[in-house]
Amino acid sequence: MSASIPSASAQRATAAPPSPEILVRAASLSFGGDVLFDGLDARFAGARCTCLLGPSGVGKSSLLRLIAGLIAPGAGGEVAAGDGRPIAGRAAWMSQSDSLMPWLSARGNVAVGARLRGDGMRAALARADELLARVGLKGREADRPAALSGGMRQRVSLARTLFEDRPFVLMDEPFSSLDAITRLQLQEEAARLLQGRTVVLVTHDPLEALRIGHRVLVMAGRPAILSAPIDPPGDPPRDPADPRVLALQGELLHRLTQAKAAA
Amino acid sequence: MIALRAFATFAGLVVLWQIAVAAFALPPYMLPSPLRVAGTLWERADILWENARYTAIEIVIGLVLGVAFGASCALTLMASRLARRWLLPVLLASQAVPTFAIAPLLVLWFGYGLASKIVMTVIVIFFSVASAFYDGLRRTDPAWLDLAQTMNARPWRTLWFLRVPAALPALGTGIRVAAVFAPIGAVIGEWVGASRGLGYLMLQANARMQVDVLFAALLVLAVFAVALYALVDAGLRRAISWDADRLPPEH
Repeated sequence: MSASIPSASAQRATAAPPSPEILVRAASLSFGGDVLFDGLDARFAGARCTCLLGPSGVGKSSLLRLIAGLIAPGAGGEVAAGDGRPIAGRAAWMSQSDSLMPWLSARGNVAVGARLRGDGMRAALARADELLARVGLKGREADRPAALSGGMRQRVSLARTLFEDRPFVLMDEPFSSLDAITRLQLQEEAARLLQGRTVVLVTHDPLEALRIGHRVLVMAGRPAILSAPIDPPGDPPRDPADPRVLALQGELLHRLTQAKAAA
Repeated sequence: MIALRAFATFAGLVVLWQIAVAAFALPPYMLPSPLRVAGTLWERADILWENARYTAIEIVIGLVLGVAFGASCALTLMASRLARRWLLPVLLASQAVPTFAIAPLLVLWFGYGLASKIVMTVIVIFFSVASAFYDGLRRTDPAWLDLAQTMNARPWRTLWFLRVPAALPALGTGIRVAAVFAPIGAVIGEWVGASRGLGYLMLQANARMQVDVLFAALLVLAVFAVALYALVDAGLRRAISWDADRLPPEH
């Protein structure tokens, strides 16, 4: 994989140094004798969004959990950041289910990390309100999740991810439970708000990957390997009607069909 | 609406009862008629009220302490591996001992007054609270725990701000069960040794063949038990209102 050149627009809005790349080396993982991957190498460019596609059960989510430090990379395996420090503890996590706590308000949910770490809550709640406004939920700060629609809940979840303000953002099918229009809107917002961070996003939707990924990888086989990268032209978020995006979508669908047949 | 239906069923049963007593010409010392029980309820209201008040105090204090003790047990088990390994087996085994069998001991240790009844109530109810709450604490959604881990949460804060609130509905279930069993604990305590209380009154009335007094006391106890449950249930629904959507409507 070629090294990517960070552009000015890719820098995080804050003055933080550019987010480092993520390196996975010789990672192995098996579940009950079923080898998901064996000696897997991967590199996710710094301050870029990499989308991971592949058939169900191929190990995409497991790779993401491995990067997050939620599971170990196996004997001899290693997950490291480009700056040499570990990733665990510096990654924000966003999953398919919004995982909002039903007893907390939208504001409380966004700031739940501060609560769990024991940080000062006054500043945290003020920042949570700012972030909720940025994801378009001004005025809903005090609402409990049950009072919000699926799209709004996922927006709260996105705000909570931003609240953590981590250089790495790991997302596991974050928009797959949403209707098509809400999904398009949220993809656009996420691409905009997460600019400058090293994002790894697992998805089932080729168009989503092409819309918001600087790079798209297909994971396939058992043990799984990663395909040659696809770098769609232009900066994300891309127009879903762009003919180049649509052409690439056709190619991706073709690759995914092959991957599924091979599985 | 529910109160109306409950009342209708109750009234129907009372009518049946009156008819049965008249039809089979049952003597009052076997089964007094509802009219006779109502008369006793009115005539002996002072005695019934005084004893009922005493029993109510035992039940309420026992319930509060039992819930507090049960919840503390669950938290201790959750927080400490040592407690899980050494305390949990004892806790489970303790439930094999029939509470009736230790009631005389409690009277010996804590006397004929309030204390022995309160301890009895606590013993009867704490386990249902502890087991329901502990179960809830262990069943925290793994997705929340993953999230907490990536947020570098502190273990104690994860317990207090994540596991405990997530387990409140389970704790509520335990408290509802406790509210049902608390009156039983108090009355057992009174049967074994007491100088006041509805259980004491029932025992005395039974010995003197005053079956109408026994029935009147029973009625007062039943009304109090139902009222206590309704109050606890309403309080819990209000306190854990975020869980209301997930609770099926009751009726």
